[in-house]
Amino acid sequence: MTSTAPTSVCVALVGNPNTGKSTLFNALAGVRQRVGNYPGVTVEKKIGHLTHGGRTFTLIDLPGTYSLAPRSPDEMVAVDVLLGRRDDAPTPEVVLCIVDASNLQRNLYVVSQVLDLGLPTVLALNMVDVARQRGMSVDVGRLSRNLGIPVVELQANRRRGVNQLKDALVAAAGQGSEQRLSPFPEPFRQEVAALCERLDKHAVPGTNAAAGDGKASMPRYLVERLLLDTTGYLEDEMLRHDGPGLRDAIRDARTRLATAGCQVPAIEAVARYGWVNETLQDVVTRPASRAVTFGDRLDRVLTHRVWGSLIFLLMMVVVFQSVFSWAAPAQDFIDAGVARVATVIEGHLEEGALRSLLVDGVIGGVGGVLAFLPQIFILFFFIALLEDCGYMARAAYLMDKLMVRVGLSGKSFIPLLSSFACAIPGVMATRTIENRRDRLTTILIAPLMSCSARLPVYALLIAAFIPERSFLGGLLSLQGLTLTAMYLIGIVAATIVALVLKKTLLRGPTPPFVMELPSYKLPDPTVVAHRVLERGWSFVRRAGTLIVAVAVVVWASLYYPHDPSVEAPFVDSRAQLTAQLDNLPYDDPRRDSVEEQLAQVDHKIAGAYQEQSILGRIGHAIEPAVRPLGWDWRIGCAAIASFPAREVVVATLGIIYNLGDIDVADPDASGLNNALQEATWEGTDRKVFNVPVALSLMVFFALCAQCAATLVIIKRETDSWRWPAFTFGYMTALAYVGALVTYQVGMLLS
Amino acid sequence: MNRLAELKIGYRGRVVRIIGDDEIALRLLEMGVTPGVDIELLGTAPLGDPLEFEVRGYHLSIRKSEAHRVEIESL
Repeated sequence: MTSTAPTSVCVALVGNPNTGKSTLFNALAGVRQRVGNYPGVTVEKKIGHLTHGGRTFTLIDLPGTYSLAPRSPDEMVAVDVLLGRRDDAPTPEVVLCIVDASNLQRNLYVVSQVLDLGLPTVLALNMVDVARQRGMSVDVGRLSRNLGIPVVELQANRRRGVNQLKDALVAAAGQGSEQRLSPFPEPFRQEVAALCERLDKHAVPGTNAAAGDGKASMPRYLVERLLLDTTGYLEDEMLRHDGPGLRDAIRDARTRLATAGCQVPAIEAVARYGWVNETLQDVVTRPASRAVTFGDRLDRVLTHRVWGSLIFLLMMVVVFQSVFSWAAPAQDFIDAGVARVATVIEGHLEEGALRSLLVDGVIGGVGGVLAFLPQIFILFFFIALLEDCGYMARAAYLMDKLMVRVGLSGKSFIPLLSSFACAIPGVMATRTIENRRDRLTTILIAPLMSCSARLPVYALLIAAFIPERSFLGGLLSLQGLTLTAMYLIGIVAATIVALVLKKTLLRGPTPPFVMELPSYKLPDPTVVAHRVLERGWSFVRRAGTLIVAVAVVVWASLYYPHDPSVEAPFVDSRAQLTAQLDNLPYDDPRRDSVEEQLAQVDHKIAGAYQEQSILGRIGHAIEPAVRPLGWDWRIGCAAIASFPAREVVVATLGIIYNLGDIDVADPDASGLNNALQEATWEGTDRKVFNVPVALSLMVFFALCAQCAATLVIIKRETDSWRWPAFTFGYMTALAYVGALVTYQVGMLLS
Repeated sequence: MNRLAELKIGYRGRVVRIIGDDEIALRLLEMGVTPGVDIELLGTAPLGDPLEFEVRGYHLSIRKSEAHRVEIESL
């Protein structure tokens, strides 16, 4: 691989959140990037490559951070990567810091920490246009001189300045490291030097210092952190093998510093922000009085006691309502296309296992899922839009007080909200939550949020069984309200589960809420489009792989063992009817009734095949368990078949109920809807589905953990099988009880 | 001594010190709430908590309970 050739220069990308870091990474690395995980921790590992000026670069995107002060294993990753202490990442030779030009004071804090590492550093000054709009101007030349590093102006979203930045990286790559003057006051530096010496003397066997190569066992930066981190994390982490002596030494040093007027931990922020103020002297000129920006005025409305809450609620209703109504035309189009493909294949293949596999298994499975792509795109579009314009942070701000009541913080709101699209990115988004208990609780309840994979189930059943009634002059519809109710069920259940978890398994104090409210900006169409396509594509890929595989397995377990002897009881009557039909002239009015009888016999044959199939037998076995939910054995089959991935249920219902149809791809009927409406309990005329049954099935799907991929992600994020097992167990129990109550209460009311 | 949580909307205060040295204190310091810095209360969330401040040219949101840990002098 050329990318790991020795000539490749490793560049680490560091910066605050909301500075356009990901946009810059994409602009630099283009499509040559891969995303993974650092083993053992949950931090995303994003590596890309670029070639410029005859040099190849390996780019490492570190998570957006306000500070390089590790207080957890996840935060430790960035520091370890920068210090070259991780075996799974190359040692950076250049650091690329990205800062928001309109917010330099706070952004330079982390730059001050980066400079302490002594690596060649390049500063990308992003969003110069935003700063200019606010009447601020930045003297780039002076900033570069004050910092002692190259500074490049950038508009990452417009790809402006990217080439100059690449030039600067090429230039910086050749330079050696230099130790800069520490921003800390003299007493602090002395204490650090003393600690360094002590650590070298008492070096732990096996470390560099003990090996006698003259190097300190710990980089100076980490020794500083050891002294500054009052949470005790670093002490526990770094000094596992050291006796209590060092702890005492650190405590004594802190006491001495306090008497010298250098109170730990405040000393770091005071020293660094002091350095920032010095550095920005005569660099930034701002208007005499702080101008009230459009964003400020917007915020007064959007976070207003009354208007803010109303707009928030309205926004949620609009999102879900449009997901349901806007998608309809595109959905019909896809449905028709799928039906056409099925017809074509049917025309070209002999009846048998292969045709059944292709038409019922593959096309039924994929087509059923693809039809919901428009809805998924619309939902992802809204989420990407709200994220990109800065509203999501306001959502966290608006929701914090409510989230605190269940023991979480507003920060959990964003991962939970994105779980409405899919629990997988939602679970991964919990990485922004620093507190472990909080994070775990959020992960465990994220799958309860009604993800887009549940939409097919809701959409199908609502369209088939919930009457089309509208209120308030068409503003609200019963179908739309039912959909909203399904989403609410998940939210209410999640609230209760979170409350219980925070009182029992994950007890602990409510974590802090210290969050930046980024300035509003017009959403960048390319960023939004990129996210929508990326997530839409991953959905299609999932549909194309896991779902097809499961659909085929489900089809097979419904088709086999295909023992022709089940046809025996029907052979005579079928032959009779066929002969009758052959003898009747084409315009004979009796044909209709004979055709119908023939259809009924065919239906019975298909039903007999289903019943003796593998899945049919399982369905029958569990029927006593699902009967109280109002389900027949076929619904039970569909529910079982969709444990690996809930999208499958639509395909499964399609297979189970459509196999009995004479014409699978009847272009007039919207297929599955009709099949479900017509389905009857075996051997009776009583319809399987009524409103309570449809609702109980929907509630089951709203609460059940039918998604193998989510469970796998939870395993990856928590690094244990205990939590996915727990999630699966509690959600399945919840789903069963929820469906039971829904059906029983529904039957009492109807 | 006044606390940041007691500031009125539209008023400014100067940070004197942050009480304690736990994670909350560290987070506030890193975000620029340091002794000597000016901070203005811009507004509160609809349910009265958290609060929104302007500090060092950007908007910072913290809870009342956290703002109570910050000692300020009024300006």
